[in-house]
Amino acid sequence: MTSTESLIDRRQLAYIASQAADARLNVELETEGMTLNIGPQHPATHGTLRIIAHLDGEQVVWAEPSCGYMHRGYEKLTEVRTYPQVTSLVNRIDWLGSFANEVPFILAAEKLMGIEAPPRAQWIRTILFELSRIANVSLFLGDLGVQLGAVTPVFMAFRDREHVLNLIEATTGGRFHPNFDRIGGLKDDLPAGFIDETRAVMKTLRNFCTEMEDLLFGNEIFQSRTRGIGVIPKDIAMQYGLSGANLRASGVDWDLRRDQSLPMAWDKVDWKVWTHPDGDSFARCWIRLQEVRESTLIVDQLLNNIPSGPVMAKVPRIIKVPEGEAWVSTENPLGEMGYYVVSKGDLGPFRTKIRSASFNNISIVPWILKGVYVPDIITILASLYFILGDIDR
Amino acid sequence: MNALLAADLPYWVQSLLRVLGGLVAVLLPAGTIVYLFLFKMMSFMQSRLGPMEAGPYGSMQLFAEVGKWLQKEDITPARADRTIFKIAPLVVLASTFLLVAVVPFGPDAWFTNFEAGVFYMLAVSSVSVLGILIAGWSSANKYSLLGGLRAAGQLIAYELPMVLAVIGVIIQAGTMNLQGIVVAQNGGEIFGWNGLGNPYILTQFTGFIIFMIAVQAELTQTPFDMPIAESELVSGYMTEYSGFRFLTFFIAEFATAGVFSLIASVLFLGGWGVPFAWFDWKSIDDISDWMNVVGPLIMFTKMMVLAFIIMWVRFSYPRFREDQLQRFAWKVLIPISLVNIMITAILKVAF
Repeated sequence: MTSTESLIDRRQLAYIASQAADARLNVELETEGMTLNIGPQHPATHGTLRIIAHLDGEQVVWAEPSCGYMHRGYEKLTEVRTYPQVTSLVNRIDWLGSFANEVPFILAAEKLMGIEAPPRAQWIRTILFELSRIANVSLFLGDLGVQLGAVTPVFMAFRDREHVLNLIEATTGGRFHPNFDRIGGLKDDLPAGFIDETRAVMKTLRNFCTEMEDLLFGNEIFQSRTRGIGVIPKDIAMQYGLSGANLRASGVDWDLRRDQSLPMAWDKVDWKVWTHPDGDSFARCWIRLQEVRESTLIVDQLLNNIPSGPVMAKVPRIIKVPEGEAWVSTENPLGEMGYYVVSKGDLGPFRTKIRSASFNNISIVPWILKGVYVPDIITILASLYFILGDIDR
Repeated sequence: MNALLAADLPYWVQSLLRVLGGLVAVLLPAGTIVYLFLFKMMSFMQSRLGPMEAGPYGSMQLFAEVGKWLQKEDITPARADRTIFKIAPLVVLASTFLLVAVVPFGPDAWFTNFEAGVFYMLAVSSVSVLGILIAGWSSANKYSLLGGLRAAGQLIAYELPMVLAVIGVIIQAGTMNLQGIVVAQNGGEIFGWNGLGNPYILTQFTGFIIFMIAVQAELTQTPFDMPIAESELVSGYMTEYSGFRFLTFFIAEFATAGVFSLIASVLFLGGWGVPFAWFDWKSIDDISDWMNVVGPLIMFTKMMVLAFIIMWVRFSYPRFREDQLQRFAWKVLIPISLVNIMITAILKVAF
């Protein structure tokens, strides 16, 4: 711990010294900084995030994220919807891994009602959850290339992600917004041929990961652009409430899939939580790559022993959730996503608080962007990996 | 062409003819075919089909795009420096036109036969920096300004390795005339064996690699595309351009890739020639007239190969950061090319 503290101290001292030097220079030469608005419409912001960056030449003096350009008010909207209707809203929070958004909400409602989905439903939920993680993060791997100037990886990502989306579509009927999870289970069982096809697709995805390692991660330019850029020490990462791969890349061994007991199937299979000691951009990207591969292995193992039985527990036709409060969070593709549901015994929630991963993940932006160059802003933002829907909700 | 130029025409008419000849005979076909070939090739690299709708297999795609751009409104930002803003793309394109004027395509098929052809080539290729810089400055856009400044820094840094890489060739050929360099390569021999002539890619391999890297930077192609950098600067100095002026930048990009490939093939791959030993030619005067027809085709093949390499690198690499690029130019490329010059000079004297 002391080594990281002294690192931060040195970093801050160096920063203060450079600021003082700049101030002297400014007095002598009367140079003035430039404020650059990166966004709201900029290809690197995955939507409409705005980064206000004050530049000195190409170096960032300070930067601040400004969000809310895409606020859709889902927390408020849940108050005027019934419980089954809410899933179609929260689908749209992290639109690349939609199914994973539904699960924590449904789990919270089930917790309040005191019911549990049958084992087969839990298994299928976990499979779909991991499929949406793969769909989400594989696109990140492709997009990472584009952010750093390599155009080819994104096409490979879209090519192989398509297979995963086809699987999700075959099961749920929706490619992006499945709306498949129900209180007490799932809407439907798996379609015929799903298991064989999924096995083949998981193999394709593992090949895709290897391909990305060869094409992008092994590339020297890529490494020189990401290694040592945007280092987040362990304690800083925890102070800012980072979660998901961003936290694990800083060396914190923390994964909600493993660290809490939920009525899901993760504890039934054998898998590994990857961490990286460096905490730089490369570590964050590398962790995500490993997680895609790990997810394919999880899905493979889950396919081996899906229990038989119904996919829906016995629930009343009109769902009324008893009075109470519940908090459930899961390890979503972007990090920890949780729902705090307050029920007054009505058809819909009285109040819902949505804790989305990206909102906390980008809170570190002002700290991490201090003193970096403009190209590194893009690297760091890409490696922090946020989705605008997940920030603004 | 030569007979025409030998006729008694005023100097300015001759110059105009040379430049227009370059445009019609070289740049338009080269631009079109390079564009199509590369777009199809890039598509296959990225597991997609590429343009398919315009013409058979999308072969008319360039015309479709030119038509599209010509229809678009020519917008000048309100706070832009209007005159300079409008001139900038033309300056960039002019540099390409001037470059092609010295490239020889056959024993008699050339537009000009400069004694200091290499010198001229290196000089006019840097005119495009000027165009890019003023485009970035006059756009009144912060992204464009950053892009323009990056371009200026980068192009100046890479001018030097390019010059130094070419010096090795000049030492070996003993002439700065591009025609002379072609003859020296095809009439040359490697340790007494003249079956291949002496293409300088073999003896000046270091120089060739440095030259191609510098060309990549000069063309602002990935890994050196920081001035454009779609994901950071949203196309940098081109951000504010639309319609015809953007088209000019766009065509200049591909045409310059083609022209630099031509120049690299002249300097390192033996240009239009075939090894003279194959036909028992002794000097440039012995060469048959049919080489004036075959020569351009040979040149064209070599150009496509080199353009393929340029684009291959472009579509597989991520981009450097500006300071890494400068470090690479000054600490790696320039020392290596200086050593290369020294070794070439020593060997030239020794043999």
